[in-house]
Amino acid sequence: MSAHPGAYYLPAPSHWPLVGSLALMSAALGATLLIHDLSGGGWLLAVGAAGLATMLVGWFGKVIRESESGLHGVQVDRSFRWGMSWFIFSEGMFFAAFFGALFYGRVISVPDLAGGEQLRLLWPGYSGGWPTAGPGIEAAFTPMAPWGIPALNTLFLLSSGATVTWAHWALKRGRRGQLIVGLGLTVALGLTFIGLQAYEYHHAYTALGLTLGAGIYGATFFMLTGFHGLHVTIGSLMLLVILGRALAGHFRPDHHFAFEAVSWYWHFVDVVWLLLFIFVYWL
Amino acid sequence: MEANLAQPLPQAHHAAPGGVWRWLASTNHKDIGTLYFWFAATMFLIGGLMAMLIRAELFQPGLQLVQPEAFNQLTTLHGLIMIFGVIMPAFTAFANWQVPLMIGAPDMAFPRMNNWSFWLLPVAGVFLVGSTLLPGGAVAGGWTMYPPLFLQGGISYDLTIFAIHIMGASSIMGSINIATTILNMRAPGMTLMKMPLFVWTWLITAFLLIAVMPVLAGAVTMLLADRNFGTHFFDAAGGGDPVLFQHVFWFFGHPEVYILILPAFGIISSVIPTFSRKPLFGYASMVYATASIAILSFLVWGHHMFTVGMPAAAQLYFMYATLLIAVPTGVKVFNWVATMWRGSLTFETAMLFAVAFVCLFTIGGFSGLVLAMVPVDIQLQDTYYVVAHFHYVLVTGALFSIYAGLYYWLPKWTGHMVNETWGRWHFWLSAISVNVLFFPMHFLGLAGMPRRIPDYALQFADFNRVASIGGFVFGASQILLLIVILKCIRGGEKAEARAWEGAEGLEWTVPSPAPYHTFAQPPEVK
Repeated sequence: MSAHPGAYYLPAPSHWPLVGSLALMSAALGATLLIHDLSGGGWLLAVGAAGLATMLVGWFGKVIRESESGLHGVQVDRSFRWGMSWFIFSEGMFFAAFFGALFYGRVISVPDLAGGEQLRLLWPGYSGGWPTAGPGIEAAFTPMAPWGIPALNTLFLLSSGATVTWAHWALKRGRRGQLIVGLGLTVALGLTFIGLQAYEYHHAYTALGLTLGAGIYGATFFMLTGFHGLHVTIGSLMLLVILGRALAGHFRPDHHFAFEAVSWYWHFVDVVWLLLFIFVYWL
Repeated sequence: MEANLAQPLPQAHHAAPGGVWRWLASTNHKDIGTLYFWFAATMFLIGGLMAMLIRAELFQPGLQLVQPEAFNQLTTLHGLIMIFGVIMPAFTAFANWQVPLMIGAPDMAFPRMNNWSFWLLPVAGVFLVGSTLLPGGAVAGGWTMYPPLFLQGGISYDLTIFAIHIMGASSIMGSINIATTILNMRAPGMTLMKMPLFVWTWLITAFLLIAVMPVLAGAVTMLLADRNFGTHFFDAAGGGDPVLFQHVFWFFGHPEVYILILPAFGIISSVIPTFSRKPLFGYASMVYATASIAILSFLVWGHHMFTVGMPAAAQLYFMYATLLIAVPTGVKVFNWVATMWRGSLTFETAMLFAVAFVCLFTIGGFSGLVLAMVPVDIQLQDTYYVVAHFHYVLVTGALFSIYAGLYYWLPKWTGHMVNETWGRWHFWLSAISVNVLFFPMHFLGLAGMPRRIPDYALQFADFNRVASIGGFVFGASQILLLIVILKCIRGGEKAEARAWEGAEGLEWTVPSPAPYHTFAQPPEVK
């Protein structure tokens, strides 16, 4: 705001949105072709993903440079806060759809199939209960036990919420060393979580017989934990960017919304995990 | 205001770049609004031609022009295109053009994201329309995409799922932008309860979109997984249930129908006071009514599913909750009527469409009440009565409000008054033919004609013929609108800053046409 105090920063025309649209088009076409085993699908998807990555680096890079050159005043900062809050709300609603499927399966469709006329006419002898692969799927699987890796992961993710807050305190008090250590610890905990999650998936597929095809339990288990894992991965990338910026000397005690946005996102991912741990693994 | 315009613009305020780059890379809310508008107009032409083909096939019993499979593709694409490609982008066009002008903001809060929100739409549009050329043709399971039918289609079904993901991303980003603009960019002194009602309705619409578009994304992601990745969300053999999809879909779908009508309420609430030369009768009650409708919209989705089987208690709950929506909607209709009461009325084309909206949308609302009643709905589910109902609320409701808004704000956008003679022809031809088109469908539905069929029993022939004739006239009449708009862009009587005598609001304080950048310094609102 140095040049024009009080005015809202309006960016010049930008090619990045168009790059993003073309990249998504290529990725979606590629994914469609890939699903149907048609040639060129993998290439189109890879080109689209690369384009999207380029767009994100270029676009966010530009925003970071604008921020560092002092173009983002108080009002722009407030816009970012509103924007990020609404975005996290929309993410919450996305997870709500899959939690809805989980609760519907557990409370309505599975008990319904295991009682009354449905039991007599459709799959006699189906006992219902949870977890289940359903009455008509011949998949013997062992459900994921909560008190092994999932409990450890809960510990790691909750600790990472604490370390990112510890880093935030440091940033607000101007202690750069503590900020960098705190962010480094958060990233390390996040990556450990992802690694353990990958191991858990491998274990589920190879030792437990628990796959995407394991009925309503397998579907909700993998879709919920999978989308959560994807969000942890995105969150870890965001944390790495923030760590890089902290190392490069970015952020001031009174001007560091990017840091806060990432930490909001990280806490959101944390809360979703707690719900997952309770309703997918534990109960 | 004039003094503000003369000030040097901040360093990033560029003049409009030349050529196609102006549109591809735009960060200007007016240019992006115009893009949204022309996209909606293009999709309206495509979706409209599909409707003409549907009405031509239904002109007489038997199969004449299209085979049943192609007919199902037509009805499915017509629905998806008109909802996601026409009404929603058209309302977003209004939001882009008008919200910054009405709240005294220099632009949208996130101008670059605004551009991305738009340029995702043509991608989705190409996917939807282009999927007709794929092996097996386009999606044919109805716009509601119910499994198990939707699980059985070919490659175009997956492409349609991705198109919906992309349109959802566009809507979410657009809505985050609009909500942030409204919450953070208002001119000093413009408190929430001083905002024009159009801005209020869009704030609430944006909230609804951000809340439910991710749910739709979740629903179609489950379809994608069931189709391709071996999951059993919608398969009873795996403990899932096809009805689960309907629950998730309509949890999105019912707020979606208010997404398609709340901005219409905002436009009508701008037009009627102007041509009644009276302020809106009860501003605060309109705000609260809009908010009530939005909250209730999350609690009534089951009324779309009365016949799939649900406990009687659930049916009763969804019935009463749905009927409750008539109360805030009634508040709105009475407000518009009371605004006109003893007003100094004139009937320019914008006002004609607004008055027609009040009358005809109310018909659609009443048939909605009829359908909300469980015993009646069990009889009328999936008949032409439903088709009549939602076309009254979407065509004579949402679309007529878009027309009213166009006739009202075109002078601000183009700098020229609209040609009233052509406008009146457009209005009267549309208003008469649209009733010839849709009113007989009530009778067809009551007599039991099912929707989404290319052929029908002989006793339905007469009303179908009447409806088709109305449809052809209505379709042809829309060419007049294109002529009106093109004439208005090219010339016509010069519009003043305050184009209409009774118009109130910040947008009428800037010159017509609105300069490329407005409110670089915020105006003071008292």
